[in-house]
Amino acid sequence: MMKENQRKAIRVDLQFIARMIEPGSRLLDVGCGRGALLEYLVNEKQVDGRGIELSTEGVNACVIRGLSVIQGDANTDLKNYPDDAFDYVVLSQTLQAMTAPKEALEQMLRIGKRAIVSFPNFAHWRIRLHLLLKGRMPVSETLPDQWYDTPNIHFCTIKDFTELCREMGITAERAMALSQGADSVQRIDLSPLLSNLMGEQALFLLKK
Amino acid sequence: MTATTGENNIVKDDDLPGHSVRLGIDEPLRLDCGADLQNFPVAYQTYGTLNEDKSNVIVVCHALTGDQFVAETHPLTGKEGWWDHIVGSGKTIDTDRFFVICSNILGGCMGTVGPKSINPATGKPWGLDFPVITVRDMVNVQAMLLDHLGIDDVFAVLGGSMGGMQVLQWAASFPDRVFAAVPIATAARHSSQNIAFHEVGRQAIMADLDWCGGDYLAQGKNPNRGLSVARMTAHITYMSESALHRKFGRRLQDRKEITYGFEADFQVESYLRHQGITFVDRFDANSYLYTTRAMDYFDLASDYDDNLANAFKDTPTRFCVFSFTSDWLFPTDANREIVHALNAVAANVSFAEIKSDNGHDAFLLDEQEFIRVLGGFIDGAARHRGLPSRGGDAS
Repeated sequence: MMKENQRKAIRVDLQFIARMIEPGSRLLDVGCGRGALLEYLVNEKQVDGRGIELSTEGVNACVIRGLSVIQGDANTDLKNYPDDAFDYVVLSQTLQAMTAPKEALEQMLRIGKRAIVSFPNFAHWRIRLHLLLKGRMPVSETLPDQWYDTPNIHFCTIKDFTELCREMGITAERAMALSQGADSVQRIDLSPLLSNLMGEQALFLLKK
Repeated sequence: MTATTGENNIVKDDDLPGHSVRLGIDEPLRLDCGADLQNFPVAYQTYGTLNEDKSNVIVVCHALTGDQFVAETHPLTGKEGWWDHIVGSGKTIDTDRFFVICSNILGGCMGTVGPKSINPATGKPWGLDFPVITVRDMVNVQAMLLDHLGIDDVFAVLGGSMGGMQVLQWAASFPDRVFAAVPIATAARHSSQNIAFHEVGRQAIMADLDWCGGDYLAQGKNPNRGLSVARMTAHITYMSESALHRKFGRRLQDRKEITYGFEADFQVESYLRHQGITFVDRFDANSYLYTTRAMDYFDLASDYDDNLANAFKDTPTRFCVFSFTSDWLFPTDANREIVHALNAVAANVSFAEIKSDNGHDAFLLDEQEFIRVLGGFIDGAARHRGLPSRGGDAS
């Protein structure tokens, strides 16, 4: 069983996601990487957890630890699942890397009763400042790749995403902006402008 | 045991190590082709110890030309068992924890009834009078064996290639008897290309005059040349181009120059000839016809309205599917098709594509990453089943 020190080992934004999950629920983690969130949820919340991961290394690391993960492409493989197969479908820090984010959201809310989406906010003040002063695409600790080799092809802002949800008739049951390594949390619905400026990351709990 | 008259002599198989049992005594097995099979032998081998509540059973399904000698020196070839590096004490399939059963397939030639067995009706080898069998028939026989052993359900069923087809059939036919299923380098249906290769092999056998219309055993002959060519063809399909190149390239065999003739100038020729020649010592030509046919006929979805997902509807089984990057006989796409069908019924499935340049053969070789991932899946499934973990007690 997991010890306290391991519990702290998952990223802070993943901890926020974990808090949204009802124990014992069925969950699909899309782009689950090496399975940090999945393992945490399986052990701590007894979820029936599954994952999809593109990289062989990630998949193997997951299955070696006994997690149910398939090698696959979230851009194409979500359509194989039946309606309402999961209580939650999680897309953590992957939306901006998908070829068709809107279709992915649709699929997630078809196969899951709820979707949890987190993404880097491209309207964060530091990015705005970077563009304003340097006139170049931002490269930082959280966004380390140059524009020509980044997997992140569909950056958006909190405002963009909120607008997309409205267009698609998706309800945001919870919407949080995280900053300073998630030490600071703001409710996006209460202060949308400030969240879009101050939030480094956004986290949404969505329902169709 | 019911005494039988004159039909208990399986050609040359009586001396094989391991277990043998006669099944279908009280009630015959109805085969897919409609024929009934009664009072027939099944040879099997076991490793490890059955625990008290019979919850630690692992069924291993062997491939086309494999057999029940999974983890021991082979009685005919003297080589180590085909999964000796995976099955054994302290190994990935740990025989200190699990009770491993592998039976020779129906239609095989290592002690289970097949075309070289004696047909009780004639007192002679079955030959082509042996009924055509299917992968489902094979699995039904394995289920009968478990019934005979008093084992209701198994912890896991594993197998590669045709063994993987059996795993899929197990999960589809007996979902409640299979806790975990590991189909490896396989497909839910045999492809046109694979049927084509099999047909070449069969034609090679049947073109050999010593095949005698299938009656070679009764006539004291053996179609060695035909069977050998069949094996050579098949062996090419088990390897990747890069593995062939790595092993042999265009290197010459025991000579400095080409001979302007048809001797085995190249190492790859010599290697294939060796594969062919050694194969005929341990395999029966008619058995090769029947088992390749069973693979050709395999199309799991056809029993489920041509929708593979229906084969696994509401399955309680945990799956772990494996493919290998350089396997062009059962490529990743064929394995992914299985995964997608399992996704469609929201089954619990893992799928790993293993990087390897060893082609289809990879599942039989010491592929470290494959073995590590397989071990992780088995340990994870064992935890869910409440079985003792590796090197420790049940959690």
